Amino acid sequence: MAHDVQNYNLDQKFDFSAGIKKSVLTVLGIGAAILVLGIILAMTGGGHHEEGAEAAGHAFHWYERLYANLWINNVYFTGIAIIGVFFFAIQYAAQAGWSAPITRIMLSLGNWLPIAGILMIVTFFVANHDLFHWTHSYLFDKASPEYDSIIDGKGAFFYWPMEKGSFPVFYIARMVIFFGFWVFFFNKFKQIAANEDQLGGNAHWFKMRSWSAYFLVFFAVSSSISAWDWVMSIDTHWFSTLFGWYVFASWFVAGLSTITLLTIFLKGKGYLEMVNENHIHDMGKFVFGFSIFWTYLWFSQFLLIYYANIPEETVYFVERLSSDIYGGFIFVNIIMNFVLPFLVLMTRDAKRHGIFLKVVCSLLIVGHWVDFFLMVQPGTLGHNGGIGLMEVGMLLVYGASFAFVVLSSLAKGNLVPKNHPMMEESYHHHI
Amino acid sequence: MERDTHFILGVYEDEDVLLHAVEEVRSSGVKIHEVYTPYPIHGLEHVLGYKRSRLPIAAFLFGMLGTTLALTMQFYMMRFDWPMIIGGKDFAAFPDFIPVTFELTVLLAAFGMVGVFMISSNLKPWAQPRIFDVRSTDDKHIMAIDIANNSAMEVDKIKEILKSSGATEVNNKSFEE
Repeated sequence: MAHDVQNYNLDQKFDFSAGIKKSVLTVLGIGAAILVLGIILAMTGGGHHEEGAEAAGHAFHWYERLYANLWINNVYFTGIAIIGVFFFAIQYAAQAGWSAPITRIMLSLGNWLPIAGILMIVTFFVANHDLFHWTHSYLFDKASPEYDSIIDGKGAFFYWPMEKGSFPVFYIARMVIFFGFWVFFFNKFKQIAANEDQLGGNAHWFKMRSWSAYFLVFFAVSSSISAWDWVMSIDTHWFSTLFGWYVFASWFVAGLSTITLLTIFLKGKGYLEMVNENHIHDMGKFVFGFSIFWTYLWFSQFLLIYYANIPEETVYFVERLSSDIYGGFIFVNIIMNFVLPFLVLMTRDAKRHGIFLKVVCSLLIVGHWVDFFLMVQPGTLGHNGGIGLMEVGMLLVYGASFAFVVLSSLAKGNLVPKNHPMMEESYHHHI
Repeated sequence: MERDTHFILGVYEDEDVLLHAVEEVRSSGVKIHEVYTPYPIHGLEHVLGYKRSRLPIAAFLFGMLGTTLALTMQFYMMRFDWPMIIGGKDFAAFPDFIPVTFELTVLLAAFGMVGVFMISSNLKPWAQPRIFDVRSTDDKHIMAIDIANNSAMEVDKIKEILKSSGATEVNNKSFEE
């Protein structure tokens, strides 16, 4: 029933205690150890892969796998970070009241964005030819035997206004603009939030709503194009018109799972006492619903390509389904990201109790990493890929660094937007 | 079967008064038959102590039935009854079956749920609804108490409880069925 008097502590701050720091850093250390072990093993024992690669035209080097792993995690964690900001903006644009106490948790994910941007650009320049086939200049040279008319036709998308095959100005400009604006909007939100905490009043809420609307318009375009740039351009010949949505859906589920997991974690530590099972239920519904949304997009993409059976489109799935390495992961992907969340989170009780959500959200965070693994590795590494020590280590390193950045940012500001005009409404949220 | 049922009706004007009255009446040991209101009142099912509906279970089972039916039908038709090559695919091409399976799952879950709801709420087309008080479709909240269910308590005592809980009128109502 209705709560009678609210004596919630609105000035609470997250204490990033030595204990929590230690566990995050331990995961980071274990991840780094596994990663280094994986690299050493790949450097010394990678020989048996090379015969096949030699026949295909170029020798395989161990560091290509390292680059592919960097790229998977760059794209994946950038996605989780920007989804935090995106979901925050959605709350304001939709004038949502229920979510008021957890809006700061959503926003805190954005602290990864500046780091993600730098990592992305650096990785692009270091990895270059090893990740992106279209960076080879001979593809655009009509005199070369390697001339590729299809990629030449798409060349302007990367190189405009420069000559095709030179420096990818347009591509880099898009990357810089997207990260630049995302960080700009994120900082704007953070600044308005800080002012709201200090001064109070409804004006900040209205300001936040307007900026949220601007951000959402920009995000609608940028999220889709970044999916083409960062993921779809790996398979340069291939294209899918709903790829932007597909990547967005994968990001969204992973981001929602992270927000839910973080909320449950903070509640478990004794913070956020105003967040009750009704709020958790709503987050659970988002995770459940958007898992199905992701499946819908995954299947829509698959069914149309499978049914139309046009070679230039089916190559994407042939490369994956008929591969000894990736074939099984297609089904792992579907089971982790659709079947299990669908069945486990179907009942109301499962969405209201932290334990089910903890399990499912952790599963989804790994599951959508597998999804990105399947998008990136077949096109970059081919039969030299797979999930080994390097993959596990890199995921742990990125995950722990992400957690460290987010948790230390939560420790700096207020955990709860104490002057949010809809705080009172959210106390009485009842579903 | 001829059976007369006798009810005591409490008439309430205000939803807040009603919500507290329901709590009071129940805590004094009177069993409430049903409360009729002109519009949905938030929290009423909670104070009346209703258990959560089991309708989702019916929806799930009907959904499973739809999935099974759809897959069986398509496999039987496409593999055994009239095999046809469509688009160069196998006879029993599983991905092709998913859209139909999805549709039949949703259709049967929805129809099954509506059907179960109507049966369990006695909403058959020929059902004669009991009209306790026509004002419950306008501006009054009506609390109905079945005397047969409260045989342990004096009728006058129940009326007393209703009055003191804020009812503006207390009436008798009988149905001859």
